[in-house]
Amino acid sequence: MRTILYLIRKEFIQIFRNKFIGRAIFGVPIVQMLILVPAVTFEIREVRICIIDQDMSTISRSLINRLEGSTFFRITNTTFSEEEGNRLLLEDKCNLVLHIPENFGRDAGLGKPAHLLATVNAINASSAQLSWAYLNGVIRDFNSDLIMQNINYVQPVQASVININNRYWYNEMLNYKFYMLPGILGILVTAIGFILAGLNLVREKEIGTIEQINVTPVRKHQFIIAKMVPFLIIGLADLTLGLVIGRIFFHIPFEGSIALLFLSASVFLVAVLGFAIFISTFSGTQQQFMFIAFFCMIIFILMSGIFTPLESMPAWAQKIDLINPVAYIMRINRMVMLKGSTLSDILRDIYSLAAIAVFFTAFAVRRYRKTA
Amino acid sequence: MQSAIESAGITKKFGSNRVLNDITFSVNESEIFGFIGPDGAGKTTLFRIVTTLLLPDEGKMTVFGTDSLKGFRELRKHIGYMPGRFSLYHDLTVEENLKFYATVFGTTIRENYDLISDIYSHIEPFKKRLAGQLSGGMKQKLALSCALIHKPKLLVLDEPTTGVDAVSRSEFWDMLKNLRKHDITILVSTPYMDEAMRCDRIALIQNGSLLSVDKPRKIKEGFGKRLYRIMAPDKYRLLISLRKYELTDTAFPFGDSIHVTFRDDIYDQSLINHLRSEGIANVTIEEMEAGIEDRFLELMERKLDGEIE
Repeated sequence: MRTILYLIRKEFIQIFRNKFIGRAIFGVPIVQMLILVPAVTFEIREVRICIIDQDMSTISRSLINRLEGSTFFRITNTTFSEEEGNRLLLEDKCNLVLHIPENFGRDAGLGKPAHLLATVNAINASSAQLSWAYLNGVIRDFNSDLIMQNINYVQPVQASVININNRYWYNEMLNYKFYMLPGILGILVTAIGFILAGLNLVREKEIGTIEQINVTPVRKHQFIIAKMVPFLIIGLADLTLGLVIGRIFFHIPFEGSIALLFLSASVFLVAVLGFAIFISTFSGTQQQFMFIAFFCMIIFILMSGIFTPLESMPAWAQKIDLINPVAYIMRINRMVMLKGSTLSDILRDIYSLAAIAVFFTAFAVRRYRKTA
Repeated sequence: MQSAIESAGITKKFGSNRVLNDITFSVNESEIFGFIGPDGAGKTTLFRIVTTLLLPDEGKMTVFGTDSLKGFRELRKHIGYMPGRFSLYHDLTVEENLKFYATVFGTTIRENYDLISDIYSHIEPFKKRLAGQLSGGMKQKLALSCALIHKPKLLVLDEPTTGVDAVSRSEFWDMLKNLRKHDITILVSTPYMDEAMRCDRIALIQNGSLLSVDKPRKIKEGFGKRLYRIMAPDKYRLLISLRKYELTDTAFPFGDSIHVTFRDDIYDQSLINHLRSEGIANVTIEEMEAGIEDRFLELMERKLDGEIE
């Protein structure tokens, strides 16, 4: 025990004696939080729309008025030619072309099915879907008003309508920052733990100090524990820092228990550190380690569900995510912070993380050989 | 006397490359045992096996009666190892490094201070300095202090004097001599033949095989022929001419002279005539006592001939 404590002390001295790393440990989270949280957003503020109104009826004009009144849309162009509309879309002058054909007003007035054509730039599929969803919403409202008017005409009795009111739970204002922030916190802790811990061990290999340690009676597990604990502590410190920034700058709500968040973060860090050290046991140089680490981190993070919901990934990808620690911490962070989930709600996730942690760490200890 | 190290038939291959070939030797307790050989002879690999860092493919290594394979955990408490490359923490101070190794071995600086005081006192004034900022000689003293701080029974030094100036080298050997009074067995390797004389016994190693193991004086005496030192202003042409001379047995360049043996052990006027006909003047020839290096080259030559046959 005394040995482990002393080894840990040594790590801390070395980490903070390195001026660059010592500062980066606290600088990186601040910069990352302040830049990434506001920058990474899916909200679409302004869909530029081009209208081809070949109908020019009162009905078509009132539809256009409605679009103009919406905060999501800005009508940038109006034209009568379909070719012109397509050209504008191609040149990226607009994101969406709404084509109102000639007989739209007449058909609608007669109560016959009327047609509209919307062409959406789908280079970015998710923004295309969102634009379309917004447009669809406007048209649906317009449509139901139109039906009401027609019905009133024929039948002066108030029609009973099913009125749908929706409420967004856990993030009432659909504030995208609230969704992203817990995820960014997860990435932050991953990056710090993964890269620093792995590089640290490989550096001992490069300099040759590991050789000297290997001839001492220091046991494998002591050595590995002493490599993990400092970065576990630093990871948790960065998490604290990130939460404070989230609170002060983004007023992020915190519904659940802070202790629970830190408990899961600790388990998560052990898993990540175990994995980092596992990789470093077969990397000879820092360069090799960085290459593999970068590759793994990209996969871990992009598959974690930070941007795309896990549910929309193919089934095989969801299977892979069973061993992706980052996927668990994303879910846990969001559930605890936004939903106020309790231990029993996330117990399964914590168990899985713990299993991954034990698995990787055991592997790392096994792989790390004091004798070749 | 019990032997400190017993090595029997140690063989190690890296891939198809045979790095150590049937290495058998024994080291007595409290002696300074030197491995002399050029770079790539297998010294470091052998030391890594002695220090339990590497497993041999064949053979048995026993250190203080303990098998280095089975008893590695016990042995690591009693071995002090100083690798060829400076491998202490550059970003820790002199004192922190020493304290670190003391603690890791479950001891304190104070407990074994008398053992290292001789060496450590040289660098103690700089104990707050980062190890990476020390000069070569001081780094070496710190590394030795760290390897000694747990009072090992066996000290393994891999090329401790490589890259160190001549004065520091001599000082270093004096320090090793002083350590013998603490009953520490010292295994040391060096590419410098002149350092061989300062060991109690030496092993000449070449291409993973031992050429000879004995006291340095005995090894020198093993040189069977009479040896001559020949000098001339144009050393290179002299060497070529000597090798052309039919009665020459061996001719090797050493510093500013050439060490030569003859088939009949003596030379006569025909050598002078031969050199003169080659246009070499101002030749001085004197008989000399063979050194370790002469013996080394002789053994090496003989081994090569043996392999060719």
